[in-house]
Amino acid sequence: MENKFFVDSEYLSPQALAKKHLLENDPSSRLDHMKYMKGMEEINSDVCSKVIAAMDLYDYSKYTAKDVKAALDHEKCSVDDLKALLSPAAMPFLEEMAQKARLITSRHFGNTVYLFTPLYISNYCENYCVYCGFNCYNHINRMKLSQEQIESEMKVIADSGMEEILILTGESRSKSDIEYIGNACKLARKYFRMIGLEIYPVNTDEYRYLHECGADYVTVFQETYDRDKYETLHLLGHKRIWPYRFDAQERALMGGMRGVVFSALLGLSDFRKDALATALHLYYLQRKYPHAEMSLSCPRLRPIINNDKINSLDVHEKQLCQIICAYRIFLPFAGITVSSRESAEFRNGIVKIAATKISAGVSTGIGDHESKYKGKNSDKNQGDEQFEIDDSRSLDKMYVDISGEGLQPVLNDYIYL
Amino acid sequence: MNNDKLIIGGHEFTSRFILGSGKYSLNLIEAAVKDAGAEIITLAVRRANTRDRENILDYIPNGVTLLPNTSGARNAEEAVRIARLAREIGCGNFIKIEIMRDSKYLLPDNNETVKATEMLANEGFVVMPYMYPDLYTARDLVNAGAAAVMPLAAPIGSNKGLATKDFLQILIDEIDLPIIIDAGIGKPSEACMAMEMGADAIMANTALATAGDLTKMATAFRLAIEAGRHAYLSGLGRVLTRGSSASDPLTGFLRD
Repeated sequence: MENKFFVDSEYLSPQALAKKHLLENDPSSRLDHMKYMKGMEEINSDVCSKVIAAMDLYDYSKYTAKDVKAALDHEKCSVDDLKALLSPAAMPFLEEMAQKARLITSRHFGNTVYLFTPLYISNYCENYCVYCGFNCYNHINRMKLSQEQIESEMKVIADSGMEEILILTGESRSKSDIEYIGNACKLARKYFRMIGLEIYPVNTDEYRYLHECGADYVTVFQETYDRDKYETLHLLGHKRIWPYRFDAQERALMGGMRGVVFSALLGLSDFRKDALATALHLYYLQRKYPHAEMSLSCPRLRPIINNDKINSLDVHEKQLCQIICAYRIFLPFAGITVSSRESAEFRNGIVKIAATKISAGVSTGIGDHESKYKGKNSDKNQGDEQFEIDDSRSLDKMYVDISGEGLQPVLNDYIYL
Repeated sequence: MNNDKLIIGGHEFTSRFILGSGKYSLNLIEAAVKDAGAEIITLAVRRANTRDRENILDYIPNGVTLLPNTSGARNAEEAVRIARLAREIGCGNFIKIEIMRDSKYLLPDNNETVKATEMLANEGFVVMPYMYPDLYTARDLVNAGAAAVMPLAAPIGSNKGLATKDFLQILIDEIDLPIIIDAGIGKPSEACMAMEMGADAIMANTALATAGDLTKMATAFRLAIEAGRHAYLSGLGRVLTRGSSASDPLTGFLRD
């Protein structure tokens, strides 16, 4: 079963359409995705080879119920135990995995759940990633917020009580350059206690600059760790370069960021291998940078504007839960974020097992917080959304719901130093 | 027992239970004060909210001493900055130093902790450093001006009890400052044992935060700590037998 990603827009010129079709149909028309482009920093890290070696050797079909039981009995979860827990043989043990994950989570995080919200400031993008609503061939309303508009959005969000913000952009160095993003961070310092970034990967000195502007966390989705599959999904633009993206978290830490977040977009490729690689990416980097705070995000593929058929294929809620439990058992100290791609019911349940952070008051569009938060019909321009969300609860509603589950919502646990 | 005070930096406390802060919810604070009798509550400065919603400071009852901590600091300079911030936002003069350079085990960095202790003691803080139980570090902390020493019993959050028991006993025996056992205590019986050994106070958080019945567990900790303290004061906890005594005195040959 495969997703049908290719959608042609009537708004594209014949030349653009021809180039799009060429990229889609003729692999030789595409750049070498393993070769760095000009200006991309190479750090010669050893982490990537370790992760890839383990992933390539991973044959999940060889694990049995006995291996899974042993993994659950072990006090410390080894890499091989993790492989067992991510295998199909672990599916019948989902409840046992959840019980163990819950115990570990409560030891390390108590009953706290951190809340944050994303703010998209621009949806211009120079990449053609076939599953993404922002991709350069998708016909959507494009928009980039001015400094005044960014500040106005931040005020609306801060008024709701939110203290942590994640600033996002589409991947366009020309439309949203480093200085533009840095200025957004400086503005955010006025309204928020904690600032994270989810932008295109940049070089170490650029991460250092953004850190000095106030950001302290960097999220980069690798999307898929399967390089061959990656090549068929990211057809054009800087994002096509797989290894530069892989080393982004390490460059961010070298640039002084306090924490980094790892993720595979589940549903793009073999999710068991991708989940293994994500966990090991974090694991090996933590060994190298033990002071850094490490988190995982667990998104599944979602429908986008102009293609409502895209779905997460064989990654159903049970599989997602299995992955999250395996992450928790293997990495007791890691933060785990579950996005608004998932339903309210799923998120209410998973925070009781293993997730430690969820978003609230989410919009993945541009410049629409005032209308969404205050119910005002806006005549202002708004930019279209990256993907469809499933949980649209406001901060207030989320706060009440989380408290109702016997958990403690936390709006900030951070100090900028 | 009423005269049995815990004295830290010239301040007197009756309770020997200190509530940690890492995982607390607001109802945990209530149970800790009411049922566990806590008079000192730690507060992570990075958790201290300035907004109306969930301002932890509003939930700390009058008469309870706030012990802000420097969690989030990765070196002495950062700890000093957090301590100054704590004083500025009205948390008083007490400061618990926590310096971690490992996000996996959250073990304290003893070297940086000694440096921060000296800097903050010089600035007039009542400094309570969290440390790995090492005798030389404990002595350095005394010399640096610490008001108490807070060695860990086991990795934080592990509920593994007195994993460092022998080393805790050495600190209790050799260091003249109050020894407050911090991190790792999972059960009231372990708190009781630490008090029997001569510890001056117990700090716990996870053990309460993850208990089935918060109120009951808070009460259990209070009773266990009191029992251990009574046992220690009665002398039983200090009986050391090394070999057996000879029936004929060994010194019978001495003439004058």
